[in-house]
This record gives sequence, C-alpha cells and structure tokens, in this order.
Amino acid sequence: MMLTLLEASAGHHLLTPIWFILISVLWTGFFFLEGFDFGVAMLLPIMGRSDRRKRAMVNTIGPVWDGNEVWLLTAGGAMFAAFPGWYATLFSGLYLPLLLVLLGLIIRGVAFEYRSKHPDSSWRNTFDWMATIGSFLPSLVLGVGFANFVKGIPVGGNPPLVTASLWSLFSPFALLGGVLFVVLFCAHGAIFLALKTRGELHEDAKALGSKLALVAGALLLVFGIWMNIAYGKSNAMMHTLTWILMTLAGLSVLAAGYLVGKGKDSVAFLSTGVGIMAMIVSFFLTMYGNLGFISSGQPGLDMWSASSSPYTLKIMTVAAAIFVPVVLGYQIWTYWVFRRRISVDNMPDDMAAEPAAATA
Amino acid sequence: MDAQVIARWQFGITTVYHFFFVPITIGLSMLVAVLQTVWYKTGNDRYLQLTKFYGKLFLINFALGVVTGIVQEFQFGMNWSEYSRFVGDVFGAPLALEALLAFFLESTFLGLWIFGWDKLPKKLHLLAIYMAAIGTLLSAVFILAANSWMQNPVGATFRNGRAELTDFGAVLTNPVFLATFPHQIAACYMTAGALIAAIAGWHLAKNKRGVQAGDEVAIKDAGTWRWAAKFGAWVTLIASLFVVVSGDFQSKVMVEAQPMKMAAAEAHYNTSDGSNFSVLSIGNPSGTEAKHIIEVPGLLGFLATGKWNAPVAGINDIQKQYAAEGFKRADGSQTELQRTYAPELKKQEVKITPNIPVAYWTFRLMMGLGFLGIAGALLILWATRKDKIPAPSRSWQLTMGVLPFLPLLANSFGWIFTEMGRQPWLVAGVMSTLSGVSPGNSVGDVLFSTILYTVVYGLLAVIEVGLFFHFMRKGLPEVAPVEIQQDEDAPLSFAY
Repeated sequence: MMLTLLEASAGHHLLTPIWFILISVLWTGFFFLEGFDFGVAMLLPIMGRSDRRKRAMVNTIGPVWDGNEVWLLTAGGAMFAAFPGWYATLFSGLYLPLLLVLLGLIIRGVAFEYRSKHPDSSWRNTFDWMATIGSFLPSLVLGVGFANFVKGIPVGGNPPLVTASLWSLFSPFALLGGVLFVVLFCAHGAIFLALKTRGELHEDAKALGSKLALVAGALLLVFGIWMNIAYGKSNAMMHTLTWILMTLAGLSVLAAGYLVGKGKDSVAFLSTGVGIMAMIVSFFLTMYGNLGFISSGQPGLDMWSASSSPYTLKIMTVAAAIFVPVVLGYQIWTYWVFRRRISVDNMPDDMAAEPAAATA
Repeated sequence: MDAQVIARWQFGITTVYHFFFVPITIGLSMLVAVLQTVWYKTGNDRYLQLTKFYGKLFLINFALGVVTGIVQEFQFGMNWSEYSRFVGDVFGAPLALEALLAFFLESTFLGLWIFGWDKLPKKLHLLAIYMAAIGTLLSAVFILAANSWMQNPVGATFRNGRAELTDFGAVLTNPVFLATFPHQIAACYMTAGALIAAIAGWHLAKNKRGVQAGDEVAIKDAGTWRWAAKFGAWVTLIASLFVVVSGDFQSKVMVEAQPMKMAAAEAHYNTSDGSNFSVLSIGNPSGTEAKHIIEVPGLLGFLATGKWNAPVAGINDIQKQYAAEGFKRADGSQTELQRTYAPELKKQEVKITPNIPVAYWTFRLMMGLGFLGIAGALLILWATRKDKIPAPSRSWQLTMGVLPFLPLLANSFGWIFTEMGRQPWLVAGVMSTLSGVSPGNSVGDVLFSTILYTVVYGLLAVIEVGLFFHFMRKGLPEVAPVEIQQDEDAPLSFAY
C-alpha cells in the first residue's frame, strides 16, 4: 500500500528519484568503506617499512575489504536494474577508464589473498605492489570520473552515446578530482590505521594521518569552490546545498587531521568518513536529473528516460527495503567481531602464514 | 575483424575463465561446511585437518572467482550496451539482487570464517561457512534466472521500445530456470566431490609405503585420506544422479523453448531423418546434412520428448518455418515478448542457425566428460574397498590428477553449448547478438581490452594453479586446539 502512495503524478514515477538516491547511497557507502582500504594499501610502500609492518597493515583490512568492495558491485548492479540507460551509456562510453578500474580491482583482490601464500619475500613484495597499484588506479580513475560527472559528459545520438573523446576527460578540474580522491583515501586509510593499530605503527599512522588529512581537507575545499563556481546547479536550493556540503566536507577532513593528532582516533575516523560522504552526496546532487550527462539532440539521456519501469522499481524497492538493513546489520557486526587493535606483535612468526618448509 | 566478433570472444574468454572457479566455489564451500560440521559433531581432529586442508584450496580458488566476477558485473554495459539498454528492465534486477543478497553474504561471512577461528564461538564460526555457501547458491539462483530468461524470455513484453518486466514471478519460475538450477548445482557438487576424492586418492596412494613401513603418522593420515576419498566419491556419484535426471528434464524444456538448439546439438537436419541419436559423426557435421556413423535408434526422440522414436524437428525444417512464420517454440507458441516484438523482428534479417559443429561436439563433450567423472568416482570406491590402499602407480596418480578436470570441463562445455547453441540470439527469438553490441566502441578498444584480460588472466592462472598444487602436495596441516583467544598480544590465528 505504501508503494501505491509513491505513484507520482505528471507522468513521472516517484520511485525513479528514490532509486537515484539509493544508488547515491550505495556509492557513498562504497567510498566511505573502500576508501580506507584503498588508502591502507596505497600507504604500504610509505608506511610499511618492514615485512611485519606491511603485514599488520594488510591485516587491519583483511577480514573486511571484500565486503567493502561489494558496495561497488551492488551500485553497478543497481544502476543496471534501475537505470539501464545510464548503465549502458556510461560504461560503454567510458570504456578504457572503467577497464583500468576493473584491472586494478582484479590485481588488488588477488594480492591480498595470495601475498602470504609463499615464504619468499620477493613474492610478498610483488603482491604488495599489486595491492598498492590496484588501489591507486581505481582511486585516481574514479576521482577523474566523478569530476567529469560533476562537469557533465556530452552525450548525443540515438541510442545516446558518449561523444566526448578520451583525452577531453583529463581537464585540470578532472585531474584535481583524481588527485583529491587519492590523497583523501590515503588520509582516510592512515586514520583508519591509527584507529586499528597499537604501538609504533599506531604512532606513525597518527602522524601521517594528521598531515595527509590537512592536505586532503585543503584540496577538498579548493575542489568544492571550483566545482560550485564553475559547475554549480541551476537550481538555487540545490546549489546552496552543494556549497554547504562541500565546505562541510573540507572542514570535516581538516578537523580529522587535528583530532587524530590529539589521539582521538575514532572521532577523527568518523570525520574523514563524514567528509567523504558529504563530498559524494554533493556530487550526486549535481548529477540529479541529468545523471552527469550533457545531452545534445534527441532523444537525449536523463534520469527519467534512463529509468526502468515502475513495476521493476517496485520489486527492487521491496528487496532493498528488506535486505539493505540486514546487510548493514551483519557488516557492522563483522567490524565489531574484529574490533581489536592489531600490532606487529600479533603477526605470526612465519612470514608466510604457513611453515616455511615448502618450495613450490 | 569487427568489434562485435571481438566482443563475443571477450565475453567467451572472460566468462569461461570465470566459470572454472564457480563450480568449485559453489560445491566446495558447502562440502567444507559439511567437513567442519563433522568435526564439530565428533571433535575428531582428522575432520578439522580436512576442513583446513580443503578450506585452503577453496580460498585459493575463491579469490580468482571473486576478482574475475567483477568483470562480469560491468562488461554488459561496456561491450553490450544496446543489449543492456533493451533488457535492463528485466535482466538488471537479478544482477542487482545477486549483489545485494549473495555477494554481501559470501564476502562478509567468508571474511568471518577465514579470520574468525579464534574470535567466534565454534557454532557461530560454523554458521559463517554455511552462510557463505548459501550465498553461493543464491548467486546461482539469480544468475541462472537471468540466463534462463535469455533462453526463454518469459514474464516480459515489448513496450517503450524495450523489453519490460511484467511478471517477476514468471522469471523466477521459468521452466528453463527450474530445470537448469538443479542441473547446475548438482554439477557443482559433482565437480567439488571429484576434487576432494581425487586429491585424497592421490595422497592415499602416495602414503602407501609409509603405511606398509608401519609409520604412525602415515597410518593416521591414510585413514583420513581414505575417508575423504570415499566421501568425495560418494558426493560425486549421488550428485551425478541429479545431474543426469535434471539434464534429461532440461533437454526437454530446451527442445520446447529452443527447438533449433537441440537440432543443432544433434546435427539433425531433416525432421524426416528419424530420431536416432548419433554418438559419432564423420567429417564436419555442418552444411545441410550430416553423416552419422554410430547411432542409437530412437534415442534422440526420447531425449527430446520422452518418447522413443518421436519425431524431432530438423534444422532445415525449422529454418523454413522461421522464414514463413517467424520465431516459434516447438509447439508453435511464443512468449509474450516474442509475440509483441515479432513485428520489429520481421524488419531484420537474422540467420537462425547456430554453429553446428560447436553445438554438436560441446554437447557430446559435456556428457562424455561427465560420465568419465562418474567412472572415476566408481574407480576410487573400488580401489578403496574394505581396507585396500591403491598402489602409487603412475597410471593411478595420473588418473587422480585428471579426474577433477573431467566434471569441471563438462561444466565448461555445457555452458559453451548452452550459449553457442542459443546463437544467433542474445534473447531467444527477440534480440540478435549483432544488435546488442555497444555501437560506439572501436575495434582497437575492444581488442586491447581483450588482449589485456587474456594476458592478466593467463598470468593469474599460472599463479593459481601453482599455489593449488603447492598446497595440495603439502598434505594435511597440523592443527592446534581451536579456542577463543583472549590474549591481545597473541598471534592471529590467520593472517594475510
């Protein structure tokens, strides 16, 4: 019955904006969660000064990184189901960038699982570099990508396809977006490490996290100002909202830098988290309606024309209403199970999870 | 070469590769859960050793299944944008539900299982592996429902220029899905059972000299491996019964929904040729007729309809019917989508015959390898009867090395048959493969990504297989008592 109340007038269905919001929630959750495990892996060459330290770092995210990544898969699946036109045009149009993201995710996933399967240290180093590169690439490309969504990507023709050339995607604004994502996730990752570790590693993570968050916060403020001046929404209320959110995001990350230095790990971690979430939400606010596309000619592409039918959206809404809270419940429980801080002393003595008797 | 051909090769390469890991993941997750349950119930360490041993092999395999699965989620949009646009209203929902219901369950609970040995109470830890195994089954539900819809597009209509969902219940009760699901799941257990049995059989034989020399560890291990070999062999045998019975149902449903696919699988050109099932054909069974050299009289009719000698529509006759009346199911009916889309389809020229040699041989390879897998399981049961231990002869060890690949490759060939036999359709009787490809992609882009995937996947395969054999050879791990760790400075029970 609730659902019949959602039938909107004017030929538009209220479930369409609801699914736009839901997809933005999935992306926001993804960046909040995977942001820190991208960051931890990107910091391996910087903070992982010894085998044991690297290993302790990887194991702070060990039990959870895969579950974090599923937020991306769910976001992708939800775009397919709720906005087939969006899924089709975006992912075929940004073919090579998406390929880089996928290859990054492939090598980093394998790296975590296989790094300690062999006692040889060059084996581990190779996989740790794969984890670092495989986290850096998606962070960078997604940053460039979202900056372009904010700017608007030209589409045209029937069916509507991306008309922008690959090189036109690398504008200064977009490149700043890429750098911003990398630095911001590194900061988020460092503060996560401060929260999850003990001993010397914890102290180092605090110091680095504090510096990184200050840089990330400053970048975020600059990016927010540039975005709001150059690519602000025409709708005044939305525009005000993106100003507020982007400023809040920058300040929140700056505050995280201060807080982690003062030893308030969990508040600092929440602050970078709030910063990331506010940023992603304002991106989606600017994409509301046009999905981050600039259409020329007919039929064009927007939220309404890309949307699935009301019947499909209803089924998906029921499923999401039931299962999103369930998923959140058991994911939060998982974090609670693995709440204990880790130090290098917790790493097993054999560097390769298995007795080193083996030769492959 | 045009982009569509390369895009098809890419889908074939990435999907066949991904599917090497899927049957093992689905089957082994549940069987490891069963092993752990036996340990939980008996408290006997040998079952904990088996749980950890096969659990490790499972995880090595699972890692590649996960990362190659990411590509699957996005390549519809990348290479098949017009397919995605046309069917997203129907086809997208199962994919999204798979991520929401299955992937979260698998990844989260597997993380809990891997890292939780000393963090969770035993019962809860056991529950974690069951949840992961259930996640793999749910994943199969949604993916098979989505694929079955492509074979038999029910519950949808042509509206607003695309396929729109009209009845989600019909998609989930699609007869093709109801037959495919048990067939596939049983095939997964058959594969995982054969893997467990073959590795155990290999170790059992290798251990024989130690047992004869009276070595205590060897004798203890021999008992464990014998149990595992029998367990795996029985799983394979029981699962194979389900595979055969459900496969029989499936072929009847297939004939109903896609008469051309069965005709192609049999290189059966003319309805009037009778309904013999050929075991072997000579030459290239392509053209307008084939020369079958070994035939089982009437079996094709039985496979297709349940009646010996019943007539089965031939390729030439189905082509004639298509030219005259458009796409029809075996009984002359159409699904609503096929009916409502028919006027559009009339404007396109579609050559409705799949690649017949591929359909013919993959169908036989699937069945042949499956039956060889059954023979392998029987061999293990025979060789381990009473207190016997097979001798570590070269032929025995080689047989054990080959055995897991028999049902695994049967899975692959079954899918190559299912998908190649569906051609030239993406959605049977509605959308052709040609019209589903992304129109904006350049040949260079698609070729580049295909080469890149192939190289990366190839390297990963070398690493994966190397690790798999490495841990397989190492044999049963030593196990420490499992208890919840209270000491903050204690080493982790498992670390990456």
